[in-house]
Amino acid sequence: MSVLDFFERLQYLPLLVAMRSSSWAFPVIASLHLMGLALLGGAVLIVDLRLLGFGLRNQPLAQIARDAERWLLVSLAVLLPTGILQFMCFAATKYYYLTAFWVKMAVLPLALLFNFAVRRKVAGADETSMNPVWNKVAAVVSLSLWSTVAIAGRLIGLP
Amino acid sequence: MYLIVLTVHVMTLCLFVGTAAIVDLRLLGLTMQKVRASEVMARLLPWTSAGFLVMLISGALLFYAAPLLRYQNIFFRAKMLALVLAGVNVWVFHNTVYRRVAEWDLDPIPPRSARMTGGLSLVLWAFLITLGRMIPYQVYWFN
Repeated sequence: MSVLDFFERLQYLPLLVAMRSSSWAFPVIASLHLMGLALLGGAVLIVDLRLLGFGLRNQPLAQIARDAERWLLVSLAVLLPTGILQFMCFAATKYYYLTAFWVKMAVLPLALLFNFAVRRKVAGADETSMNPVWNKVAAVVSLSLWSTVAIAGRLIGLP
Repeated sequence: MYLIVLTVHVMTLCLFVGTAAIVDLRLLGLTMQKVRASEVMARLLPWTSAGFLVMLISGALLFYAAPLLRYQNIFFRAKMLALVLAGVNVWVFHNTVYRRVAEWDLDPIPPRSARMTGGLSLVLWAFLITLGRMIPYQVYWFN
């Protein structure tokens, strides 16, 4: 089964056919996805700002990172299901042909991997023992990856 | 050009609503309980304000791209109303509960009035996001 066949199967599942026949389901799901994006933005930004020396710079980095991670997970719990549903809605007729979709699918795992494998370690490390330049590098990489994901996502949503 | 402004508008959503949401969550006592509420606000609200400025400018540009169409749009009108309500909520908070911040600054869970502001703010921004996302759908639903 090719990728396109698989996408077609997804798109014509009964649930998705029902979803498309509703005039409000898609925009409501898209709105929830945007709320998730805003929360993800907040959770990512407070840590990246702190890594760059802005924001809550009088508070321990590890503490902020722990508090933010909980809300990052909440935002992902909103973003992933709503994103998958939007994708399934037009998987074979639209998403398959969009470069922005494939870019997002390539960069999103990188962003998640970087967040949980690298940035988490940097933010959790003893601040005095590390060269602060690595904090800044981690923040810039994190912001670049998430921005790419968000911009590609915005481009998918165009008519 | 319209698409660039639209992308900026959505990207800045992360900065603006993202930082505002963290402040609201602190007011609800749901995050950074050990950090003084006034410190969270002093450190994050400048970023929220910067985000709001970009939102306002990019939003105004999006409006002037099709002023009549937007003005007639039911979701646009509702969004502007929600924006005014959100503004009133911020104003009321800063002129009442926040004046007495010294009394509850260190409370892990702020007093009810502060929690109400935080909750109301989250709900209003969620409405704004939804109404904004609905603007293009008027043609499908009502015309």
